[in-house]
Amino acid sequence: MTTQNKKELIVSAIENGTVIDHIPVESVLKVIRILGLDNYQDEVLIGINLESKKYKRKGIVKVRNKYFEKSDLNKIALAAPHATLIVIKDYEVIEKISVETPEHIEAIIKCINPNCITNNETIETKFKVVVKEPLKIQCHYCEKTMTNIRFVE
Amino acid sequence: MTNLKGKNLISISDYSKQEYMEILNLAAEFESNPRQELLKEKVIASIFFEPSTRTRLSFESAASLLGAKIIGFSNPAGTSQSKGESLHDTIKMVASYSDLIIMRHNKEGAARYAAEVSAVPVINAGDGANQHPTQCMLDLYSILKTQGTLDNLNITLVGDLKYGRTVHSLVQAMCNFNATFHLVSPVELKLPSSVKMHIKKAKLDYYQYTNIKDAVAVSDIIYMTRVQRERFSDPLEYEKVKDLCIIDASTLEGCQPNMRVLHPLPRVNEIAVDVDSTPHAYYFDQARNGVYVRQALMAAILGVK
Repeated sequence: MTTQNKKELIVSAIENGTVIDHIPVESVLKVIRILGLDNYQDEVLIGINLESKKYKRKGIVKVRNKYFEKSDLNKIALAAPHATLIVIKDYEVIEKISVETPEHIEAIIKCINPNCITNNETIETKFKVVVKEPLKIQCHYCEKTMTNIRFVE
Repeated sequence: MTNLKGKNLISISDYSKQEYMEILNLAAEFESNPRQELLKEKVIASIFFEPSTRTRLSFESAASLLGAKIIGFSNPAGTSQSKGESLHDTIKMVASYSDLIIMRHNKEGAARYAAEVSAVPVINAGDGANQHPTQCMLDLYSILKTQGTLDNLNITLVGDLKYGRTVHSLVQAMCNFNATFHLVSPVELKLPSSVKMHIKKAKLDYYQYTNIKDAVAVSDIIYMTRVQRERFSDPLEYEKVKDLCIIDASTLEGCQPNMRVLHPLPRVNEIAVDVDSTPHAYYFDQARNGVYVRQALMAAILGVK
């Protein structure tokens, strides 16, 4: 086990599953919501305000017995653009993946324009990513561009 | 020649430069021969969820000149929408009765959504503050007709550049034609950065002014819009700037002979009546051009031209 992995033991190691590391502290709960982990039946371990060399303070989420599709993981980029995903099998790191901001985002974000049709009818939202960092997105329907992201409740 | 058959027109960016030109050429054909019963077998649904006399009459006139049957409503009161039916269901139903839908709605994005739901093509006749692409097409046609070209022109946009959707669409469209933009507005109503982004992306030049007098001499086109008092948080500010974005015949002294004044109408006081009798007034012809452009769009989208 590497030194870095040992540090992660602050939040108990998992035998199988996924570790989401380098989450900005304020975005940990958003990441949980984006991935639907608030309804996950197995263990989810959460660390907030952990020490980080790169970012001073960070958040970490460990999900037991769960592996994600790459498209799911890229949604995290909206809340945690520098997050790293670590795939664990038998306590060993199998793969490390950096998240990438997707080109398109569907369903998880609300349009900020109150007069947008998506806020007035039951319609799943769609956005195009115009600039990846700092994030700027455009609503597919009302065409408004926005920089502040509001997740669907 | 591109094939526009079955293609929606929701936003000005949906069509390429080549497609605009195709529509404008077709519009010229309809202008010289407007009565052609090319859509005799077709049913066109004109559904206006908010009232709009000018646009609706222009579309319905265009459809009538082409011999189409028109169904629809000019006000949602009394329709199934007012009984709580979803837009999805209304569009599904209307699409099953018609070959083409012309739609105006007060919510932004409603037309794009309707096009996704509808089995027949949709033309956006205005969706809230977002897009009004046929107005933009008729503006382009008016510019082409009065200048003989769309390329390398000095386009001056005057008035409410912040909220005016016709201004935003025109800027976007003219970025395809190497235009130079002159932007005249009160500071509070400057062109939003999201629209300026199109100009910057196309590597074109723009100049900003607060007084129309400073831009008259360089202009090929002066595109006027109305400055509304309610747009100002400070009424004193409105009083200070309200006369800087209006024109009368004397304002236009020293302009180029080819210069034409456009306005999406209705005007209030931003163009004085004495401009009407100058050779530079073009706003009433511009409104008439809307019929030919809409004929061209309907004929192309329904595949009869």
